[in-house]
Amino acid sequence: MDSIISAASVIAAGLSVGLAAIGPGIGQGNAAGQAVEGIARQPEAENKIRGTLLLSLAFMEALTIYGLVVALSLLFANPFTS
Amino acid sequence: MIFNTLDSFLLLSGVEVGKHYYWELAGITFHGQVFIVSLFVIFLLLVLSLLGTSNIKTVPEGLQNLMEYVTEFTAGIAKDQMGESGYKPWVSFVGTLFLFILGCNWAGALIPWKLIELPEGELAAPTNDINTTVALALITSFAYFYAGINKKGLGYFKRYLEPTPVLLPINILEDFTKPLSLSFRLFGNILADELTVSVLVMLVPLFIPLPIMVLGVFASSIQALIFSTLAAAYIGEALEGH
Repeated sequence: MDSIISAASVIAAGLSVGLAAIGPGIGQGNAAGQAVEGIARQPEAENKIRGTLLLSLAFMEALTIYGLVVALSLLFANPFTS
Repeated sequence: MIFNTLDSFLLLSGVEVGKHYYWELAGITFHGQVFIVSLFVIFLLLVLSLLGTSNIKTVPEGLQNLMEYVTEFTAGIAKDQMGESGYKPWVSFVGTLFLFILGCNWAGALIPWKLIELPEGELAAPTNDINTTVALALITSFAYFYAGINKKGLGYFKRYLEPTPVLLPINILEDFTKPLSLSFRLFGNILADELTVSVLVMLVPLFIPLPIMVLGVFASSIQALIFSTLAAAYIGEALEGH
């Protein structure tokens, strides 16, 4: 394997996960903060809020996972090496 | 898919990605390890449901209690997304998706498959192979097309022109991005979980990976819930009249 290609792939893999983690991180923080606020206002709604929060957190996490899939395909199934 | 591996990475971490136990049947290549574990999961689900429904009593006890709870839970997923009317025919589809994915994810996380040696590849959750998740996502796609066309005939395709015909390309594109995101989400989550655990095991073999494993069990049940919720939501969207 060409060493330039492997170096570039490894750097790109790191960047793709790292950059993909920024947005969902901010989003998850916002969502969790709002959920805590909601629970503080209405403690009796805690169960409902928790369920919705977990579901939406998993949706946001999926965005990072797309970056991870790109990183994994660069590391383990690199299309540029033959 | 041919996987070219970065050899040094694999040697370091002992992680096996893209190595499969190939079966040749009638000129078609199968990934054997996926079949073994998914057949095991199917068998387990069949046995549980047969045992749970074999001796039905008015006052449920034991396994029947569990099966009733499971049925109500999966029916609840369908009902939440499709509404009170017309969710019944889809309970079995959504419930099967949920139970099969949950079984696959937990079979990979909870059963020590490493004790069984395969000639090549390793036994793990079937959902860490992208072929499995793409198949599940495509079944979901066909299901919501069937649901829509079954209910509204060719009038179903009118929804591509709504709210305005300008959005036609976006609406068509959506039909391709739905299975793509469904399959990548499940595949990525499960594979990422297994990779994290095996990298941690490589670094510290004892105790430290345990919380991550527990987190993995939790996350994989959430993924099963999400997959079936989304499938139910897509079908519900196709069913609802505009």
